[in-house]
Amino acid sequence: MALLEIRGLTVEFRTTLGPLRAVDGLDLDVEKGEIVGIVGESGSGKSVAMLAVMGLLPRTTTITAERLAFDGADLLSLSTRRRRALTGKAMAMIFQEPMTSLNPCFTVGFQIVEGLRQHEGGSRRALRARAVELLEKVGIPAPEERLGAFPHQLSGGMSQRVMIAMAIACNPQLLIADEPTTALDVTIQAQILDLLVELQRERGMALVLITHDMGVVAETAHRVSVQYAGQQVELREVKALFADPRHPYTAALLEALPERSSGRLLPTIKGVVPGLRDRPPGCLFEPRCRLATAHCRAVPPPLAPAGDALARCHYPLFEGLPQNHPGTAERAS
Amino acid sequence: MFRFLLARLGILVPTFVGVTFVAFVLIRLVPGDPIEMLAGERGIGAERHAELMAQYGFDRPLWYQYGSFLVNVLQGDLGQSLVTRRPVLAEFLALFPATVELSLLAMLFAVLVGLPAGVLAAVRRGTFLDHAVMGASLTGYSMPIFWWALLLIILFSGMLQWTPVSGRIDLLYFFEPVTGFMLIDSLLADEPGAFASALRHLVLPAVVLGTIPMAVIARQTRSAMLEVLGEDYVRTARAKGLAPRRVVGLHALRNALIPVVTVIGLQVGLLFSGAILTETIFAWPGVGKWLIDSIARRDYPSVQGGIVLIAGVVMLVNLLVDLLYGLVNPRIRHAR
Ligand SMILES: Nc1ncnc2c1ncn2[C@@H]1O[C@H](COP(=O)(O)OP(=O)(O)OP(=O)(O)O)[C@@H](O)[C@H]1O
Ligand SMILES: [Mg+2]
Repeated sequence: MALLEIRGLTVEFRTTLGPLRAVDGLDLDVEKGEIVGIVGESGSGKSVAMLAVMGLLPRTTTITAERLAFDGADLLSLSTRRRRALTGKAMAMIFQEPMTSLNPCFTVGFQIVEGLRQHEGGSRRALRARAVELLEKVGIPAPEERLGAFPHQLSGGMSQRVMIAMAIACNPQLLIADEPTTALDVTIQAQILDLLVELQRERGMALVLITHDMGVVAETAHRVSVQYAGQQVELREVKALFADPRHPYTAALLEALPERSSGRLLPTIKGVVPGLRDRPPGCLFEPRCRLATAHCRAVPPPLAPAGDALARCHYPLFEGLPQNHPGTAERAS
Repeated sequence: MFRFLLARLGILVPTFVGVTFVAFVLIRLVPGDPIEMLAGERGIGAERHAELMAQYGFDRPLWYQYGSFLVNVLQGDLGQSLVTRRPVLAEFLALFPATVELSLLAMLFAVLVGLPAGVLAAVRRGTFLDHAVMGASLTGYSMPIFWWALLLIILFSGMLQWTPVSGRIDLLYFFEPVTGFMLIDSLLADEPGAFASALRHLVLPAVVLGTIPMAVIARQTRSAMLEVLGEDYVRTARAKGLAPRRVVGLHALRNALIPVVTVIGLQVGLLFSGAILTETIFAWPGVGKWLIDSIARRDYPSVQGGIVLIAGVVMLVNLLVDLLYGLVNPRIRHAR
């Protein structure tokens, strides 16, 4: 049994334009102690899916799933009280904007201690000592002094370290990091990623790393889920994915990596992610896919096994060649 | 912090000059003069009238009168009431505790009701509760004070006979004022029933006076909370698994208080103008009623002095609120 089991997770927001399906039938297992990367363009539902797991979406949101379970416990049927007992303790999350994620009115120490007190309790002094230890752990110099600092006195990198300290305070089994480095300077980005991977290894916790940076995934993740427009298009071991992508979208993402591009200009994927109103009836990637056929336009492909991968494509790629594609014969000749 | 205070004081000077000038001119624009008013029905001969006017210096040119008034004020001398012949400052100080007591209770009512109502409306946004709170607050805000007071008097004093209509305490109780606050004095006096009587006298005026600030605070709290509830740090608080009560009541409210405190501060100025009406309606012996009476008697020194003192108090309170603002907002506290 996986630590986190997600089957057919669908999230819909009520908007003035009608329901907006931000996540559409997501399947994902996260095993104990593994790093899973979730990649995809902006708006592909990466954050929303994980917020749904954490139970942090607005109450008006419709969340459905065949199964959404953490450590065997069904999250959707759990009472809010029992669910809260998991949140911040067994599963924790850090966010994209560290500067706005800390409460400006409370000191760093207060905000770290608060979660500890909620889930584990202890004397003031013991909690304080734990907070100092945690700050030390995440590489903050002079941790004793930092306890009394307010968030506006910290840099972005420092804030993210504090967020990490807060998240790992109760030794979670699962840490979800939602683009933890996007808002930071390049030099700091690497430090924060190293810190996360180090903590993950040391504590044996599972780490879900959301990013739109394929490079980050290559360096850290064990497995990768590629998301497109709320759907999962490929699920794979990281090495295999980089060596031989199955889905044309994954292939395009990899081509967009600077170190892989041959020309002087970075190749980009033409077009944009379909919005609420312009969802194609068939494959969602079809309007931007150079291999799309009439079949792709009419029939939405299921997420199906393709060799060692799961891919949502009628003509999954093997060694760069689409299988059973009507056009391959012509192209080959 | 010191420079902040200095800048504040810099604003106070022109405000002070403006207030004294307006106070001085306005009362003289009202037809009639103090001598006429003192003479009353009997009337007074033109000669004697001129003589008395000269005696009080009211025959001098206006600019001269204003100048000497300013000079006296700066020396701490507000003059004497023409009617009672007691120093204006002493009159004011004797009545001021009654106004403070009324205003404090009104503000307490406004904050204790307005703040939770605003928070609830924000948390239950779009529900019946939200609409009810916002509807009530709009009504409270637009209700003329005297009309609202009359409605409450008819209901609670007239029909239900729960509260008295005027004064601070039943006449059968008498004790020396110690603090000037009737609620405290009645407790100190150790007379059975005195405190209850004082409280019953205070409730209606405080509710009437507190209604507009309450409505404003409720609306401001709601909009501040709505903004704050969407912030990332509220999500962080929920991600810790904290109880909703703590997330809303501590993490969100603490931030929402920053704009709300400013609004509460602004209400204090309005509170005093409201107190003038409220005190008159409920025959509440405070500085508001005294000011109205002084205007009716064309008691120039009392009116001028009273307005200067009230303005001074309002400015002082606003200064305190600014300091309080620094206290609730760490980003200001730590800026130099
Ligand atoms: N509270 C909300 N109400 C309505 N729509 C929302 C809400 N939150 C997110 N969405 C929409 O859901 C879709 C998916 O958003 P999501 O934040 O998951 O994207 P993402 O993959 O994390 O993108 P990014 O890389 O920019 O973080 C977007 O179209 C977004 O506008
Ligand atoms: Mg996101």
